[in-house]
Amino acid sequence: MKSSGKRWQGDLVAAIQVLMLLATACSRYQSVQNPAGPQAQRLYSLWIFLLIVATLVFVAVISAAFLAVRRASRRPQPLRQDEATHRGLTRIVAAATGMTVVILFSFFIYSLTTGRALASLPAKSALTIHVTGVQWWWDVEYVDTVPSRRVVTANEIHVPVGVPVQIIATAHDVIHSFWVPNLHGKKDLIPGHTTATWFQADTAGLYRGQCAEFCGHQHANMALWVVAEPREAYEKWYAGQLQTPPPPSDSLARAGQDVFLSKSCVMCHNIGGTLAGSHVGPDLTHLASRRSIAAGTLANTRENLQAWIQDPQSIKPGSRMPATSLRPADLKALVAYLERLK
Amino acid sequence: MTGAALPRDLRYADADSDQNRGLLNRTWREPPGFWGWLTSVSHASIGKRYIVTAFVFLLLGGLEAGMMRLQLGRPENSILGPDRYNQIFTMHGTTMMFLFAVPVMLGMGLYFVPLMLGTRNVAFPRLNALGYYTYLIGGCLLYAGFLVNSGPDAGWFNYVPLAGPEFSPGKRVDIWAQTITFTEISGLIAAAQIIVTTFKQRAPGMSLNRIPLFVWSMLVMAMMVIFALPAVAVDSGFLAMDRLIDTHFFNPAEGGDALLWQHIFWFFGHPEVYIIFVPALGMVSSLVETFTRRPVFGYPVMVLSLIATGFISFGLWVHHMFATPIPQLGQSFFTAASTLIAIPSGVQIFCWIATIWSGKPRFATPFLFVLGFIFLFMIGGLTGVMVASVPFDLQVHDTYFVVAHLHYVLIGGGVFPLFGAFYYWFPKVTGRMLSERLGKLHFWLMFVGVNLTFFPMHQLGLEGMPRRVYTYLADMGWGPLNLVATLGAVVTVLGIIALLVNVVTSIRKVPDAGDDPWAGSTLEWATSSPPPAFVFENIPIADSRTPLWTSMQELQVVSGLRYDIREVLITSTLDAIPDSRHSEPLPSIWPFLTALAIGVLFIVSIFNPLGTLIGTALAAVGFLGWGLPTQQDLDEEPPVPETR
Amino acid sequence: MRRIILAALILLTVVACEREARRFHEDPPPPGGVTLSPLQPGPTVAVSRTNGPYEYNAYAQSEGKVLFNQFNCSGCHAHGGGGMGPPLMDDEWIYGSEPQNIFATIAEGRPNGMPSFRERLSNDQIWRLVAYVRSMSGLLSKDSEPTRDDDMSYRPSEQRTPKAKPKTSFVPSTSEH
Repeated sequence: MKSSGKRWQGDLVAAIQVLMLLATACSRYQSVQNPAGPQAQRLYSLWIFLLIVATLVFVAVISAAFLAVRRASRRPQPLRQDEATHRGLTRIVAAATGMTVVILFSFFIYSLTTGRALASLPAKSALTIHVTGVQWWWDVEYVDTVPSRRVVTANEIHVPVGVPVQIIATAHDVIHSFWVPNLHGKKDLIPGHTTATWFQADTAGLYRGQCAEFCGHQHANMALWVVAEPREAYEKWYAGQLQTPPPPSDSLARAGQDVFLSKSCVMCHNIGGTLAGSHVGPDLTHLASRRSIAAGTLANTRENLQAWIQDPQSIKPGSRMPATSLRPADLKALVAYLERLK
Repeated sequence: MTGAALPRDLRYADADSDQNRGLLNRTWREPPGFWGWLTSVSHASIGKRYIVTAFVFLLLGGLEAGMMRLQLGRPENSILGPDRYNQIFTMHGTTMMFLFAVPVMLGMGLYFVPLMLGTRNVAFPRLNALGYYTYLIGGCLLYAGFLVNSGPDAGWFNYVPLAGPEFSPGKRVDIWAQTITFTEISGLIAAAQIIVTTFKQRAPGMSLNRIPLFVWSMLVMAMMVIFALPAVAVDSGFLAMDRLIDTHFFNPAEGGDALLWQHIFWFFGHPEVYIIFVPALGMVSSLVETFTRRPVFGYPVMVLSLIATGFISFGLWVHHMFATPIPQLGQSFFTAASTLIAIPSGVQIFCWIATIWSGKPRFATPFLFVLGFIFLFMIGGLTGVMVASVPFDLQVHDTYFVVAHLHYVLIGGGVFPLFGAFYYWFPKVTGRMLSERLGKLHFWLMFVGVNLTFFPMHQLGLEGMPRRVYTYLADMGWGPLNLVATLGAVVTVLGIIALLVNVVTSIRKVPDAGDDPWAGSTLEWATSSPPPAFVFENIPIADSRTPLWTSMQELQVVSGLRYDIREVLITSTLDAIPDSRHSEPLPSIWPFLTALAIGVLFIVSIFNPLGTLIGTALAAVGFLGWGLPTQQDLDEEPPVPETR
Repeated sequence: MRRIILAALILLTVVACEREARRFHEDPPPPGGVTLSPLQPGPTVAVSRTNGPYEYNAYAQSEGKVLFNQFNCSGCHAHGGGGMGPPLMDDEWIYGSEPQNIFATIAEGRPNGMPSFRERLSNDQIWRLVAYVRSMSGLLSKDSEPTRDDDMSYRPSEQRTPKAKPKTSFVPSTSEH
């Protein structure tokens, strides 16, 4: 009556799990199951080991329970509690406990060795990036010993493939957590502390990260993109970021720059080469070179930019960007100007 | 003092039985009406209140969960905005952890531990009442706040600096902090009851190695409460002070640290989940014993596993903080401890399976819940061992993988045994059996529902979905699994409805369950269903771990306790040798008044520090009134020294 | 007795709701016709007082504090103690302490160095700043005023600042405060 139900449930659950693995292990850009670097790869291997062993243990224990139920329900009455039974059961329980200890110990050892391997990337040619978590976006700064080679950007990190990257991170206000699952585990960003984490991207591609520590109203929409590209492409991008944008050449963009400097934009945003120098909000110097706006919430398109500028509170209620009411012509000019900021 | 003549020879005599019962009833009965309710010091009455109130909070917490699942069922949904969602998920966590899970376990303990021990009440009946009223006030405070848009919104774990004075304006978090204080006081009081009652008021002959496993689990849980709950009270006290009077406990710029909150909170928070889990283990033992018709295999090892679980659980807390900048060597220690704690749990499961194998199972609803527990807890426990690993946890921490894990262990490992125990002990408490058909329906709906809701969340976490998000983008691909989870939640709700229908219809039946409908082994089945106000007419003697099975025909009892005053038998700690008699207090209004004073203290101090002064003064008055000798104390003469 | 309790509950509801409301989408209009001086030719016509929309709103006052620091108001006003600009936590209000006066101060600017932010801040942002500035001298309800920052302790928090008794002097001072 009851016994067949248990077995069937166990098999069904296992089957669902396998199906899900197959269906979703493909091209996920924010996934633990799609590792793109050595650390994520080690973590994925650890996960598969844990999964397989846990599944075997689960099947073993549930089968034992099922068998016990079936065997016992066929008896007319409980087994006599004598020495022999007691000894037999003691042996079985002791053996199972022993196996449990061995399995758990293997988990522990594998976990330890993985942890040590994760922490020991070669540090010599590491690229260092400072990340600051702010409610609700990511401030990114590429440090360099030469001050003029520093790059400030927001919500997007470019890294060359195959190079270890060191993230030095802190938080500006509340606790955030920097997490790019395809590349590495997460690290909390705690105000008053500076934390460091490493990763390396071995496969070129786009990887999405998301804040993983509840940080207020827009915790759900605090994402960032990591772009791993070949060395030359990365250098090209970096050189582009170092450039100061030239003054706008066409009249529409010039009008847009005037709008930027005379409306509320200038209170919070910085654009290199202009009078707008506030670091309250994300740096917009090379806004047009980014994939997304609003910390990964919207794709960087003209329509999205317009919608975001006009009414950010509909898209990210609670964020600190105020609604800016502009005449349609002004809005068009402003967006045209922002699109020139490559 | 009654007018009837006191029997000089207090030996048990059949002829006097009705007279004795009549006397006992008059001595132990509760006053009628609302006043009687307010002044009650009966452990059964207070235990029932804890359980009923906790179930109300379970339903409220479930409603909040339902709203969350509705919002997350589709990407970019607009049922709940971020502010409302943050309040709701915080309320869900706070309600379930503080207002449901711990109080319901304590309530089950307060009701059944005295019954299983063969005594008539807990050690400190009036304090017991105070514990309940404090709990009730705390719960009402939280929901009153929620109803006026003042519900806390920084998570049930309330990390600073988000929950600190700068980033959580208003009084929302202060209401949370004081709710914690109330529930912590209540928990400590109930734990003290259980410990002292278990050590000093057992039936003669019930040496430590004959105590039922459920009582052992409640004892271990109560000890854990004593050590763990003060930590969260201290933490919330620090936070309340930071927010109200400008202290700097968590302010890094003035020497504090945001991590201090986390350490103290999780030092409480991890034992907290085992506080919820350990009584459930005890319940499973009771159920397995009765429904396989043999004593649980490996009693000493079971006891040691419970104690080991309790101890080790205090060494795990950093596993909630693996993503913080704590040195790796230190973190590895907590990986080891977190892995180690699986061993006692595993041993218990093996012993239960051994018991089932050598017994004769009866597939009533309680036993189904035990089997469901084994299934669900195995999944939850195994994912728990996975997240114990620091590197793996760094990927799944704060994702839906952990949400899946915690619900499997809390629902599978905590609520399923609780439901099983509910079906098992409902006849004892009410005298009526619950319907088996509805019970099985309840079980299957919940089993399927819980799996449907929470299993997909493992995959969601691995696909990168973080926790505590009010929405998610459509092109993340998380929509389908979230929809499955939401549908699973609907099925689970149907299961709860089946339970409610079952309770409502069963409570109206004729009470015909009898003293011992399940042929149980422990002493609670040796009295009527529901137990009379005096619980046991004569204190029974326990001659084994399963006294009702070894003394099938007739249970031996002790005689000599008086019938005209409320007396319980005090026995020695190790071997339960009768030691002395102790008179228990009569019903009193002072616990209620003192609880109100404590309420004033903590609620007014949310708004004004002066509340502490006023509240303390009022509470002092309450305790004074409480402690003043009553007519009973003055009238009582020392009993004739004739202990047997 | 029951009616008193009911009334108290309703009052609590209203007050609590307002204190805790998080209004993300609001754009309260600017005050109209702000007069700077009580002097009027002919018979005195009462000056209408515009209530600030955020007098009881803890969230808005907290956000106002964020804006105050982000936009460098502390550069001239310090954290209320003043410097190049006049202190904001005392009784002296050169241009008036009422919400509409402070709104006008921020939006229009004032002689001797207060910039005009009309184009640069939204109405909602200015109202939040108005609420915060009023809280700096303890003028608002203790329940909603901000408490301490996660920062160095440079002043008692707004909640613990004793309530000021504003005096208004309409003679702009040419000397430094």
